[in-house]
Amino acid sequence: MIVRLVQRIGILLASLVVSSVLVFAFMAVLPGDPARVALGTSASDSAVAQLREQFGLDRSLVAQYFSWIHGLVTFDPGDSYISHAPIGPQLADRLQVTLWLVGTGMVIACVLALPVGTLMAVRHRKPSGLILSALSQVGVAVPAFLAGILLITVFAVGLGWLPANGWTPPVQDPVLFLKQLVMPALSLGIVQAAVLTRYVRSAVLDVLREDYLRTARAKGLRPTRALLRHGLRNAAVPVVTVLALQLATLLVGSVVIERVFVIPGLGSLLLDSVANRDLIVVQDVVMIIAMAVLLVNFLVDMVYLLIDPRLRGGAS
Amino acid sequence: MSAAATETAVASAGPAGRRRRRPVTGSLLVGGLIVAIVIGMALLSFVWTPHDPTLVNPAVRLQEPSAEYWFGTDKFGRDVFSQVLMGSRTTLFVGFVAVGVAALVGVPLGIVAGMAPRWCGELLMRGNDLLLAFPALLLAIMFAAVYGAGTLVAMVAIGIASIPHFARLIRGGTLQVMETEYVIAARAAGRGPFAIAVRHVLPNVSSLVIVQASVGFAIAVLAEAALSFLGFGTPPPTPSWGRMLQESQELLSIAPRLAVFPGVAIALAVLGFNLLGDGLRDRFDPKLEDRR
Amino acid sequence: MTPVPETGPAAAAPDDVLAVRNLGVTVGGRKLVEDVDFTIRAGERVGLIGESGSGKSLTALSVMGLLPEGLRASGSVRLAGVDHDLVGADEARMSRVRGKEIAMVFQEPMTALNPTMRVGRQIAEVLLIHRTRPDRASARAAAVELLAQVGLPDPEAAAHAYPHQFSGGQRQRVVLAIALANDPALLVCDEPTTALDVTVQARVLDLVVRGVQERRSAMLFITHDLAVVATVCERVMVMYGGRLVESGPVQEVFTRPRHRYTQGLIGASDLTVVDDRGRLATIPGSVPAAGRFPAGCVFRNRCEHATDGCATRPDWVPTGPDSGYACFHPAPDGAPGTGTPTNQEAGRG
Repeated sequence: MIVRLVQRIGILLASLVVSSVLVFAFMAVLPGDPARVALGTSASDSAVAQLREQFGLDRSLVAQYFSWIHGLVTFDPGDSYISHAPIGPQLADRLQVTLWLVGTGMVIACVLALPVGTLMAVRHRKPSGLILSALSQVGVAVPAFLAGILLITVFAVGLGWLPANGWTPPVQDPVLFLKQLVMPALSLGIVQAAVLTRYVRSAVLDVLREDYLRTARAKGLRPTRALLRHGLRNAAVPVVTVLALQLATLLVGSVVIERVFVIPGLGSLLLDSVANRDLIVVQDVVMIIAMAVLLVNFLVDMVYLLIDPRLRGGAS
Repeated sequence: MSAAATETAVASAGPAGRRRRRPVTGSLLVGGLIVAIVIGMALLSFVWTPHDPTLVNPAVRLQEPSAEYWFGTDKFGRDVFSQVLMGSRTTLFVGFVAVGVAALVGVPLGIVAGMAPRWCGELLMRGNDLLLAFPALLLAIMFAAVYGAGTLVAMVAIGIASIPHFARLIRGGTLQVMETEYVIAARAAGRGPFAIAVRHVLPNVSSLVIVQASVGFAIAVLAEAALSFLGFGTPPPTPSWGRMLQESQELLSIAPRLAVFPGVAIALAVLGFNLLGDGLRDRFDPKLEDRR
Repeated sequence: MTPVPETGPAAAAPDDVLAVRNLGVTVGGRKLVEDVDFTIRAGERVGLIGESGSGKSLTALSVMGLLPEGLRASGSVRLAGVDHDLVGADEARMSRVRGKEIAMVFQEPMTALNPTMRVGRQIAEVLLIHRTRPDRASARAAAVELLAQVGLPDPEAAAHAYPHQFSGGQRQRVVLAIALANDPALLVCDEPTTALDVTVQARVLDLVVRGVQERRSAMLFITHDLAVVATVCERVMVMYGGRLVESGPVQEVFTRPRHRYTQGLIGASDLTVVDDRGRLATIPGSVPAAGRFPAGCVFRNRCEHATDGCATRPDWVPTGPDSGYACFHPAPDGAPGTGTPTNQEAGRG
């Protein structure tokens, strides 16, 4: 088990290093000079040279890479080339907003998908199961931002129950915060739920075919209880894998949802930075998202160990 | 497999164990039909649209659907139906190139990773998994930041982000093919790895490629719509479903239909390709029946 | 189709544990099992043999009420002490019977146990479901005791282990412990040793027989291995094409088979019998797909004694209280089959 843990941590670190090099290299091949880009074509050569020196752009790429990594690791990524404002606090603020969105969306997806997917599997030959299955297929085809627009049309424009957009920190006004959180989180959650139900269904279907479930019924457990007591834990491994992959989808989906609902999250920051050619911020945001995905993959590996004793190794 | 399951399997295997021809499933039929409609729309748009989809005509702004303007007009007086027709072209074009890029890189990568020594294959797959940390949209935004927004940039970015899905699937298929007796026989007969890859592996994983292409197409359509919605996709005036949605957002209170038409178009296209992929998977691989 | 009662009206004798009457299993109109009739008495060990696809596993699963989805049982299965028919009983009633009155040992020990639950809990569970033990602690103690009974070394540690930490033979012992936990009136074993190494088979079989003997449980033992039947059972029923074709005491059926199929089966398993050209005896042809057997005598398309008359269904010919056959051209009584079943004898020793 410890061997596995060390191995996984090694893979995580290696992945982080490789992906950071990739991101850095990609932004470094950028045609043109970031300082020139920041100051515009009309800036004098001396002003550009001064900016280059100020941000260390005159150093070697290797040195720049390490100073970038150092900034990320120490939570002090320096200042923006464009606004000259420190990036760190901004990232922390925006990340917090996005985590609310993604977290709530994920919870909504799980709460919907786990029972519905299980039901679809148990009734996979019955009309109710087929109808749910068809509904989920349609749900998968709806992009989150379309769901968001539809929700706005119905609940904000039509019924006027909820604000169409905006964001308020929870400490400032918890009620308004919740009102504004409902629709964006639902847009993310419902669509992910549709995807997730299909995986839950297939995982539960696999488990329903297992011999040990028949053993459980031969013991005198009714089908539902046999599934709950012996099936769900075993179905959890493939479902957890998909959950991890979905986190990446949700993080990226929130980029679009933040645009739909005018929410100042990481996604908006990314889009604004791209628009402003504030490339160092783009680089940081992309790296944070990639880091989050890799970290979750690592955590999922750890969860496997908790779920499945076979992976823990070692004999009795 | 348990005895009971074997007996059931025998029961459904048909006369004298001959494999029954698999019927066309509902999802294959419906998916194929929807995809055919989308392709038909794109082809039609080359020869005919009711109006010029890019023609701005302030005199007919925000008209309700009518015999003249089937889906009504947008805030610039452009015909929505013509735009939806033309938008299918953009969607298919982006999907086609993106899936092409993904397959061209992902399939050889998967085959190599499947045929290479174990450690080498694992390493390739680790690198492959790393790409999963950069979903299509993120990669496309990154590309747009560096190279500027545009259709080509979007297509290539979506394509690159789809590579790991192809590679992983194809590697799994290749590993299976490599253990079959005819490949072992071919290797024993001294056939080189390239010959085996072309003669044995590729034909046998081609059904996987087709299934993944269909599913990848759906993913590409979604990503393109999201990118255009954000303004990183197809630049105006070329019609695109995603940008139509984005333009509709400010008018939701007065003309929600402007969101409905492109929205339904996107959802239908994605549904069609997903169903087609599911149907093909059922048809090619009876073992997976009932799973999804 | 006339039902062929095996022992006539005397079937409801007081010491009958299991009475199966006119049992059929169908899937989508196709008959997989048809007109199966038999009775098992208290403490009796009965074998059910036949090639794969003969319907023996389906017969067992019908008795348990665990047929795979889509398959339907008809007829009647009565168990002593249960006041309802097991065929068509709802899940609520069946779940009270399963694991308590009837228990089952499955063929594949590697997959029969939940990989994510400790073995002790899996055994204790069957005691707690049926409330045969009042609480977790005593159920756990009983589980350890059961593990000791099935001969696992260090049962205390075994109870704390997960299935993947055991070998196939050890897992089958755990499955047996679960099956025997509530002292069932009937133990159904579906090829319990087929998946095991030959060296382990004999030990597990011994445990099975000892387990049922100690509990005075009856046993329905399904196998295609004639040697195993000879070792374990007192009586044997031969199944082919979803029907019972012959039954009787093991000694009698194996030394003087009457049905031509039984004769072929015994001949095929006897490695000392060879034909003129020195080849081992086989039954010509292969088992048809389930539900695709010929009308009339199901064996007639592979039987060298078949005549046109075999196109009608042969009646059951009783030859004793528990024995009989269904064949128009039976092997003559008293004449040994294709030979003495030597390896069965060996298996018994």
